[in-house]
Amino acid sequence: MNSVYLSHNNIISAYGFDSAAAVSSIKNEVSGLSLVDDSKILPNPFYSSLIPQGSLSEAFEKLNPKEAYTRLEQILLVSLADTIKKSGIELSDRVGLIVSTTKGNIDVLEDDSPFDEERAYLNELGKKIENFFGFKNEAIVLSNACVSGVLALAVAKRFIHQKRYDHVFVVAGDLVSKFILTGFNSFQALSETPCRPYCKTRAGINIGEVGCSVLVTADNTNLVDESVRIIGEASCNDANHISGPSRTGEGLYRSIVSAMNQAEIEADAIDYISAHGTATNYNDEMEAIAFNRANLQHTPLNSLKGYFGHTLGASGLLETIIGMYSLHSNTLFASLGFQELGVSKPLHIIKKTTAKESSIFLKTASGFGGCNTAAIFQKVNS
Amino acid sequence: MSELKLELKEKIIEQLNLEDVSVDEIADNDPLFGEGLGLDSIDALELIVMLDKDYGIKLADPKEGRKIFESIDTMAAYIAANRSN
Amino acid sequence: MSSADYKIKSYCHIRDGKVSKNGEVLFSDSSEEFSAFIKATYKHFETDYSKFFKMDNLSKLAFMGAEVLLRDTDEKNIALILSNRASSLDTDRKHQAAISKQSGAFASPAVFVYTLPNICMGEISIRHELYSENSFFIFAEFKPHLLSDYANDLLETEKANEVLCGWVDYDKGKYDAFLYVIAKKGLLPLDTGELTKLYRTK
Repeated sequence: MNSVYLSHNNIISAYGFDSAAAVSSIKNEVSGLSLVDDSKILPNPFYSSLIPQGSLSEAFEKLNPKEAYTRLEQILLVSLADTIKKSGIELSDRVGLIVSTTKGNIDVLEDDSPFDEERAYLNELGKKIENFFGFKNEAIVLSNACVSGVLALAVAKRFIHQKRYDHVFVVAGDLVSKFILTGFNSFQALSETPCRPYCKTRAGINIGEVGCSVLVTADNTNLVDESVRIIGEASCNDANHISGPSRTGEGLYRSIVSAMNQAEIEADAIDYISAHGTATNYNDEMEAIAFNRANLQHTPLNSLKGYFGHTLGASGLLETIIGMYSLHSNTLFASLGFQELGVSKPLHIIKKTTAKESSIFLKTASGFGGCNTAAIFQKVNS
Repeated sequence: MSELKLELKEKIIEQLNLEDVSVDEIADNDPLFGEGLGLDSIDALELIVMLDKDYGIKLADPKEGRKIFESIDTMAAYIAANRSN
Repeated sequence: MSSADYKIKSYCHIRDGKVSKNGEVLFSDSSEEFSAFIKATYKHFETDYSKFFKMDNLSKLAFMGAEVLLRDTDEKNIALILSNRASSLDTDRKHQAAISKQSGAFASPAVFVYTLPNICMGEISIRHELYSENSFFIFAEFKPHLLSDYANDLLETEKANEVLCGWVDYDKGKYDAFLYVIAKKGLLPLDTGELTKLYRTK
């Protein structure tokens, strides 16, 4: 089967408007989380990482928009514009577009939104992006809870294998909104402090905001230095509960095993795990069980939620892009917020950013609906 | 107290969408979770919201819920002792 | 095995007060409201699954469609690839209404959990013990060629032995489900024209 690669990429985040800005802050163990006091979202202040609207508007105006766009659309368009431009790829009928989001323009349901409620339909969001750049193919919107961002890469690969497309641009994003914050709050899942994945003192999630995009391609002639090949991926459901993580880590364990089988590697070939690590009690415990069952308890692992918070439908793609830079720079990034192991099984949490020769990493994610995804990436330039 | 218990049973049946369960079928000391009514973790969260919304009681620690929501008896006793409306 | 060899094993429509399998009407009900119709459907198929009543409308619709197609199968490695237009907007609006109340806004966790379209696939997975691939796509309309591409890939890479595919949409009281199982053996060839025709069949 032909190889499929991840190449040109962009991250719009609290750190800045390209991947390099995010990567350099992470390297220095600087969190993007800060205390946000916005009673329109939640009555009490909460920790989050937000994209500054001023810089976003400025970057967006440079794209010469001809009509009004929502905040999320602006984020996605600014990110994707950069990735498309850098790739130099002409948007022919062989080029696909995948939009990964859980809630899209959900803020237009608010009473004071200037946008029509139609805009809340995710296919309308897809159409806005598709038309802005003039994609020849209709946008494929993937909305699969918190695995969407990494599952979108598997979806892109599968469409390329089926010869539907030669290249696929994947763009991902979700907003920090009252809709999301009040919901997670009703789940008693929000942390009042910056989150601490896998730590004994962890007390829940922070929700954050990014937009990110990547080129997924079968063409290896114009790859970037940090490019990786997708060597295995799989998604398995827990078949257990729609919100509570499985107590046996069933779906995640099965996803990892299936992805390793496809990649034809054993656990010891994996140099690094970019895990989900939301910092809720049940999620992190579930992951520890699954990683132990997969014999990955000694593999260096981090969660990047301490930098960005949980960025929902973007998180899987965001964390994969960071993983690409991690491999490329042979650097393991610290799992920010972690102090002392607070799960029942051993894990090798990366405490300090350290140099390590690496060529293969595993990305995992889990979400509501019992979904789990594992994807394995191998460095192209070693 | 018996009025409060009846009210709780009605609310639980309605808000947790327990189809084909009547008030008479829930004994005051029946376990609500597991074997008894078979409520799950989302129902427990829903009961926490109900305490707040209908009785003005905010649980400082959601883990407290486990003891409070053992049965209609324990729920009613907790609400009677802590309610603010 | 090449993709041309895959077949449509069975299919199901739920729309306009009718439930049909392979073109044959199995149940019809004149209830105007979806809630009454889907409850009557549940009773007709003697489903006996109390969690059904906790589900949102989209999940109830998808659940009953899967019930019709999967209740007699022993196959457990069945991937789920569902799609619709309205995502979970019906439930999203309920959550938004609850948090927008002027006096006393309270989010309900039991509502919030259904504000994702893929939850209905979680419900189907739990019911039929499917530890399999799940993907939920949003399109303006039913896109059989894309779903078939995706299903073919899962079958060719042996990630699934069968795939439950289709369209399941619930919006503003209107409902439309067309689900089908793709397998190595079956009734009809797996073909975009065939699927479009079946989808449109009343």
